[in-house]
Amino acid sequence: MRLAFTITRYNPELDSAPHDETYRLDVSRGMTVLDALIRIKNEVDGRLTFRYSCRSAICGSCSMTINGGEKLACRTSVRKEWERHRRITVGPLRHLPVLKDLAVDMGSFWGKVRAVEPWLRDDGRMVAEAGAAGTAQFHNVDACIMCGACVAACTVHEVDKGFLGPAALAKAYRFVADAREPDQARTARLASLQGPTGMWDCTRCNFCVEVCPKDVQPMEAIIRLRRASIDAGYNQTGGARHVVGFRDLVARFGRLNEALMPLKVIGWSLRKFLHILPLGIRMLLKGKVPSPWHSTMDGPERVRALLTRRKGM
Amino acid sequence: MLTYALYPGCAAKGATPELFQSTMAVIGRLGITVTELTASSCCGAGVVGEADPDGALALSARTFAQAERLGLDIMTICGTCQGVMGGANRKLKSDPALLQRVNRLLQLEGQTYRGTIQVKHLLWIVVREVGLEKIKGETQVMLGDLKIAPFYGCYILRPSGDLGFDDPEHPDSLDQVIRAVGAEPVDYGGKIKCCGFPIILEKEDIALAMNGANLKEAKDAGADAMVTPCPLCHMSLDIYQERAGKKIGASLNLPVLHLPQMLGLAMGVPAKDLGLQRHLVPVDVILKTLSPGGRGKGEGAV
Repeated sequence: MRLAFTITRYNPELDSAPHDETYRLDVSRGMTVLDALIRIKNEVDGRLTFRYSCRSAICGSCSMTINGGEKLACRTSVRKEWERHRRITVGPLRHLPVLKDLAVDMGSFWGKVRAVEPWLRDDGRMVAEAGAAGTAQFHNVDACIMCGACVAACTVHEVDKGFLGPAALAKAYRFVADAREPDQARTARLASLQGPTGMWDCTRCNFCVEVCPKDVQPMEAIIRLRRASIDAGYNQTGGARHVVGFRDLVARFGRLNEALMPLKVIGWSLRKFLHILPLGIRMLLKGKVPSPWHSTMDGPERVRALLTRRKGM
Repeated sequence: MLTYALYPGCAAKGATPELFQSTMAVIGRLGITVTELTASSCCGAGVVGEADPDGALALSARTFAQAERLGLDIMTICGTCQGVMGGANRKLKSDPALLQRVNRLLQLEGQTYRGTIQVKHLLWIVVREVGLEKIKGETQVMLGDLKIAPFYGCYILRPSGDLGFDDPEHPDSLDQVIRAVGAEPVDYGGKIKCCGFPIILEKEDIALAMNGANLKEAKDAGADAMVTPCPLCHMSLDIYQERAGKKIGASLNLPVLHLPQMLGLAMGVPAKDLGLQRHLVPVDVILKTLSPGGRGKGEGAV
């Protein structure tokens, strides 16, 4: 079968903007997108630039955008992509600076991983083994190969390049969940991630979970990081207030009461209240503000019993 | 006749009552009858689970148990509810120990979930069970040459392992329904992205940048309107649209419809019966298209 590969090319020394080029190749059974790129480089255009090394989904260097989604070229079947999309488009990882063609500058990615200090703090009393219970808590984060797919797909990173992002936050969670990390260090680690660009910026869009080639489920790790924060008493950020306030309202009304939810998040801040007030008035005039006194379900007290059950039940 | 247990969720009974109203206005025409689960709670929306994972699963499980007693599968009308409850159902069905643990919590109100029901969004029921031919047959007022941008919302697409309906990279179900009502679906990258709603109260700048970019991309691609199967996306896209426009420095003014509102308009249901007057972004451009002098091929709906 002969297929067309549309590849985004960009050489900053020669091109004013990225452009697409199409190459036609005879495709053999079992061929990966990386195989195709290597053939194009060897047989058609030796200037085509991309990273690869292991060819076995271990090194994470051939992560790129294939048919609109972040994938490892070495484990993406040409035939399956064709069957799924009826086309093959290949571009660099999104929202990272392009160095040339399919190679992006991973500097900001590595900077964020370094920023979460991905190592155990040793207070001199470190136990030799984490123990079975501790390692299970790592929730597969150790499987991360740092390919950057999750960051490229992250919808918050798209609009806020400062966001630490799924890979770094998942890595941070891995150490928060490690039984060998001293309590004080764990608390300091959680504290350092409460501010802007930290764990509460995640919008839970699930893109990172979807694209991760190693099933790390970074968003699940971020959720665990948030839970650990609330449990450790970091409950005054807007994000933590949202989670706790939401749960409390569902415990009280059985369903979410949208009239009271904003007040739970903003607390007693007059400035924030004045910010949300105009929208609240417009919603009220349109009949979109539910009663702050009544539940819309039958028997909300049964939900209350469930969500306020004693711990450990 | 297709019979379902209707799970209304919070928004359709709260800040987007027009979703419930328009759903009830169209399902009879689609051949769907429902029994509303009036004692169902919030699904947790992924938020309760951040603090209390077992409690959140139990919220879904008690709803499943209610439908199971009726012998009916559940119909959702909210993309977020679909994602959360679909995921919960998959976990409970595939992990007997978890099901047992969650059932212990349901014992607080004497309920048990046996793991026998399915959870399906109205969109999926329309495409796979009602059928697009029926939609075409019921469509009296073709939506003319209106260009409608589908906005799927995260939870009805991802993680695809929990959902298994649309291709998460290349979804088509909502596009198919837009075609069936006579309109033209607008293709744009933002249709599978996030509306920012989950963080809009505490991180408004980020959420508005996300929301505004999607709306602008749809508008630049020629959209006259947008349609979504998720009321939380609707709140972000409609209620916050003016603020999103200011944030990104663009005039948006793009009406956003709930899925059953689009179906209702195409079927000739009067606009007021679909709650269109409750939107913050006026829907005039759509109603004008449907009027006798408009671009539409059919008669006016209002």
